[in-house]
Amino acid sequence: MSAPQQDDRSAVSYWTMEAVVAIVLIALGALVAFDSARIGARWGDDGPQAGYFPFYVGVILSLVGAVTLFTSLRRTLARAHSFVSRGQLRLILRLLVPFLVFVVAIKPLGLYATSAIFIAYFMWRMGDFAWWLSALIPVGTVAVLFLMFEVWFKVPLPKGPLEAMLGLG
Amino acid sequence: MEQFAALAQGFAVAASPENFVLMLVGILLGVIIGVLPGLGGANGIAILLPLTFSMNPTSAIIMLSCIYWGALFGGAITSILFNIPGEPWSVATTFDGYPLAQQGRAGTALTAAFTASFVGALLAVLLITFMAPLVASFALRFGPPEFFSVYLLTFCAFIGMNRGAALKTVASMMIGFGLAAVGLDTVTGQLRLTFGFTEMLKGFDFLIAVIGLFGIGEILLTIEEGLSFRGSKARLSLRVVFETWRELPRYWLSSLRSAGVGCLMGIVPGGATPASFMAYGVAKRFSPDAEQFGKGQVEGVVAPETAAHAAGTTALLPMMALGVPGSPTAAVLLGGLLIWGLQPGPLLFVEQKDFVWGLIASMYLGNLTGLLVVLSGVPLFAAILRIPFAIIAPVILIICAVGAYTVHNSVFDIYLMFAFGIVGYVFKKLNYPLAPLVLALVLGDRAEDSFRQSMLLSQGSLGIFFGSGIAGTLTTLAIVLLVWPLLGSMRTRSRRAATT
Repeated sequence: MSAPQQDDRSAVSYWTMEAVVAIVLIALGALVAFDSARIGARWGDDGPQAGYFPFYVGVILSLVGAVTLFTSLRRTLARAHSFVSRGQLRLILRLLVPFLVFVVAIKPLGLYATSAIFIAYFMWRMGDFAWWLSALIPVGTVAVLFLMFEVWFKVPLPKGPLEAMLGLG
Repeated sequence: MEQFAALAQGFAVAASPENFVLMLVGILLGVIIGVLPGLGGANGIAILLPLTFSMNPTSAIIMLSCIYWGALFGGAITSILFNIPGEPWSVATTFDGYPLAQQGRAGTALTAAFTASFVGALLAVLLITFMAPLVASFALRFGPPEFFSVYLLTFCAFIGMNRGAALKTVASMMIGFGLAAVGLDTVTGQLRLTFGFTEMLKGFDFLIAVIGLFGIGEILLTIEEGLSFRGSKARLSLRVVFETWRELPRYWLSSLRSAGVGCLMGIVPGGATPASFMAYGVAKRFSPDAEQFGKGQVEGVVAPETAAHAAGTTALLPMMALGVPGSPTAAVLLGGLLIWGLQPGPLLFVEQKDFVWGLIASMYLGNLTGLLVVLSGVPLFAAILRIPFAIIAPVILIICAVGAYTVHNSVFDIYLMFAFGIVGYVFKKLNYPLAPLVLALVLGDRAEDSFRQSMLLSQGSLGIFFGSGIAGTLTTLAIVLLVWPLLGSMRTRSRRAATT
């Protein structure tokens, strides 16, 4: 494991994040409200139409977002307050980026093969394990996963070319 | 005393060999889930729920609720030994639990925590035992307007109780409602908010949201603190256990108060997390040595643990009786109920006696088993956190992905889970509460349906929500709870104006 990351400089301020999320909420609310108005958001003869509820949900969401944005803009002190430091962000990305690759690779490669690679990658990057351990643990974990889901609970998980080659697909 | 006959019948169901094994498996899994960061009661159960689809509902709920008890117990282990709350409701346990462990009294703290959890749960189950027949007695008086007013009360209570962040609670809730509305409208058959994407037709499943928000989000928060866990040694000898048990009766009043706080917060949808903080605060306030709190006071471990377990347990009562979950975990169990083909509501207590009383009996047995399991297995469970982070982190992420996939056998859900994970992380850091989002996502459609059914009954008049005694009382209560924080802030504002 590498030395702990001591970079405490702020990557993003709390204030910026608060404002960005508030703007996203406003936009999301507006989107919901407009699409609901399209399918009918009035009060029909027999109660509300299909878009009635989502329309007001969207309107309220936009309003709440606007008020949050307004109050956070006034709180200038929060500009100095950090949302996440650079060191923390680096740690998070070291986990998140491989995880994203894993998630994207499930469809073409199947879940078992990607899982084994995913664990092996982490063991190689973050720990100093003997090479045989870095091979044994991923394969062992995946074998347990296979037995539990495919054999015991009979819940098939996505498979790829490797399983087809081994005749397990 | 009809409940005793029903309870005896329930014990017969819960103590069958098959159910007992499931109970044990549930407790063990639950403790492991509770110990691991990123896997908690709510998303742990969400991940395992698809595996129970083919089981008999009573066995399934016994196993899943035991996972919940196990997770409640397990959260305390990491809080005390590692100063890492494995669960949000055990944050308050770290305040005094970790200092105790640093003083070499980890055994005392653990025993106190486990015993307090057990006592809290026991008091809560006793309450449920005596209230369940009461619930059944007004079963037939519940129609759509009554159900809608219960939902309304739930949502208003959430906004009213989060005084600090009422706006963010509303935002979180509206996102939940919005997500719940996506897909086919059940009343008119129109498509809502799908924007032409076929993946959106079936809507958002709350299980995916729970796994992403609570699972992935939590892991990202944990990893910020570094890539390893450091903790105290875990040893628990029989002598320490008995010594602690001799000391504990001293805190009986504090335990009772905490259990009271917990039961209340479980029934009105507050959940275990606020209950534990509140009980800690109350205990500190009434304690003669309040200044010792935070430095390793046994009472500071007893109070939050009792309350968290009491709240976690009582949260199941409104879940079964009204279909209103008192906590995110109860919401997941509610989802299970619907999937197993059971309709929650007062009628459940009349029509599915075996299910309801089997569950209640399993609460007694499960918590006793849990207490014994954790007392004897502390070193084993603590060892889990000594597995190198490079192995445990990817394994947890894989389990989350598998859990998301198995809900609908859809890879698209794994992508959704990833997105929810990022949202969960950002929201947690910006103090947007996540529980209202999950609750609104679960109850959104049901609340809307009951509203529209009521409108059909009354031909469009809102007066129907005041038409019956039950509905009128609940609706009024809901409105009072909603405007309560507004009144509070107006009062402080006027007071501030008066002083300046």
